[in-house]
Amino acid sequence: MTGPELQIETTTDWRGSWREFPWWLVAIIAFLVMMAYLIITTPNFNEAFNFIRGGLQVFNEEGQLEIVATGLSMTLQVTLLAFAIALVLGLLAGLGRISHNIVIRNIAVTYIEFIRGVPTLVLIFTLAFVIVPAVSDALGIENSLEQHWRAIVALAVIYGAFLAEIFRAGIESIPPGQMEAARSLGMTYSQAMRHIILPQAIRNISPALGNDFIAMLKDSSLVSVLAVRDLTQMARLYAGSTFRFRESYLVLTFFYLTLTIILSLFLRWYERRLGKQGS
Amino acid sequence: MRDNMIVIDNLHKYFGHIEAVKGVDMTVDKGEVVAIVGPSGSGKSTVLRCINHLEIPTSGSVIIEGVNLEGKSVNLNEVRAEVGMVFQQFNLFAHLSVLDNVTIAQKLVRKRSKEEAKEIAMQQLKRVGIPEKADAYPRQLSGGQQQRVAIARSLAMNPKIMLFDEPTSALDPEMIKEVLDVMLDLAEAGMTMVVVTHEMGFCRAAASRVVFMDGGQVVETDTPEVIFTNPSHERTQLFLSKILAH
Repeated sequence: MTGPELQIETTTDWRGSWREFPWWLVAIIAFLVMMAYLIITTPNFNEAFNFIRGGLQVFNEEGQLEIVATGLSMTLQVTLLAFAIALVLGLLAGLGRISHNIVIRNIAVTYIEFIRGVPTLVLIFTLAFVIVPAVSDALGIENSLEQHWRAIVALAVIYGAFLAEIFRAGIESIPPGQMEAARSLGMTYSQAMRHIILPQAIRNISPALGNDFIAMLKDSSLVSVLAVRDLTQMARLYAGSTFRFRESYLVLTFFYLTLTIILSLFLRWYERRLGKQGS
Repeated sequence: MRDNMIVIDNLHKYFGHIEAVKGVDMTVDKGEVVAIVGPSGSGKSTVLRCINHLEIPTSGSVIIEGVNLEGKSVNLNEVRAEVGMVFQQFNLFAHLSVLDNVTIAQKLVRKRSKEEAKEIAMQQLKRVGIPEKADAYPRQLSGGQQQRVAIARSLAMNPKIMLFDEPTSALDPEMIKEVLDVMLDLAEAGMTMVVVTHEMGFCRAAASRVVFMDGGQVVETDTPEVIFTNPSHERTQLFLSKILAH
């Protein structure tokens, strides 16, 4: 396998294949190639690219070993960690949402509706500057949580609420007979959920989870408001110090678009594979 | 003294405002094969699903081997492990192979080792006649094969009672016989069975008693010979005349 298959259907009708051909992808790749060309050949673009990409800084000012990720590695770190935590939160809240226990169900619904009713940027401020300090005070922990960890917590809590609805829909998409059969064999509710319902539900919702991963990658740019040195923050710093706004933000766009296109092509390929297995 | 496996006492079940079961009494003795017949909507499936409490009765009681399921300290999961159930739509676990379908509850509920569960699973798959399909997935099987796997899945738990909820109603005609043959074998082997069915041939051949239900109530209970040749109630006669007409 050389990479994602780009053609949606192979058809003998050449006019059909002409219509089905992913011209949108050609346009986007043309943009990316043009940007790559500019980055390679133009010193200003090249400098912006290298600055925004950032890297791993292994030693801090005092010469101690401390790994500080900036730019691309910070964006990837924030996205991956926040998504992993959000998956756990989402699963728990999704299960709570369909629980027969009134208390659990209402806690889950409150969480989901609260998060969904407030803009993401506002939530990031509130979580990072109000909730996280309050919780660490209450727990008696010194309020020293690094800013990028606050950002990760904020994104995880926000996306947990969205993933909860995906998990709920996935569980509800499984025919009730599956649960009945499992229970009739003597399995407990949680055994049936874990071994029978969730494996099928997660398979069904994996494309939706992938879409939310891409959405989270993009929303991770919001953490730049917490001065976390992700791609966006690096671009802002570069633009602020050089006034090369065009270079900064075109290169920034290039970064995000490259990442999301790769992910969404992978997702399309994966969905096609799932579809083939299912039939 | 007869050996009561199942005693149903004054069972009522409401779905919202609709009373699906209106005071049903029934006993099933060890080794008996009881067939429940009746028009659709008569509450026969609901009664069956109340036996292992897939539906919780609104009132009344179900006693299985002397254990009253309405009791507070009853572990329903333990009771259900002793009561196999076969569904109209098979309900095989779609993401698991045939073998895993038959072993998973053995491992999780009966705590059997992987090897032991597999051995028992293969025995039961042989019993229902499809050991060669152990590695197949449910979607690759015909309806009749799926239903036989579902029967093997229940039998692998070594249940004391088997419940069948219209096991052949979703099958193409040519597949009904293979499932009924498995059920007949099971009846001859002495399994206690409660079968909701429209297969009058099966009732004649295997049922020790036929329960005719209509409108959420038991209208008449008797041996198949009496029910089919000389039913005492008009509603039973009417129902049988409709389904035995051709």
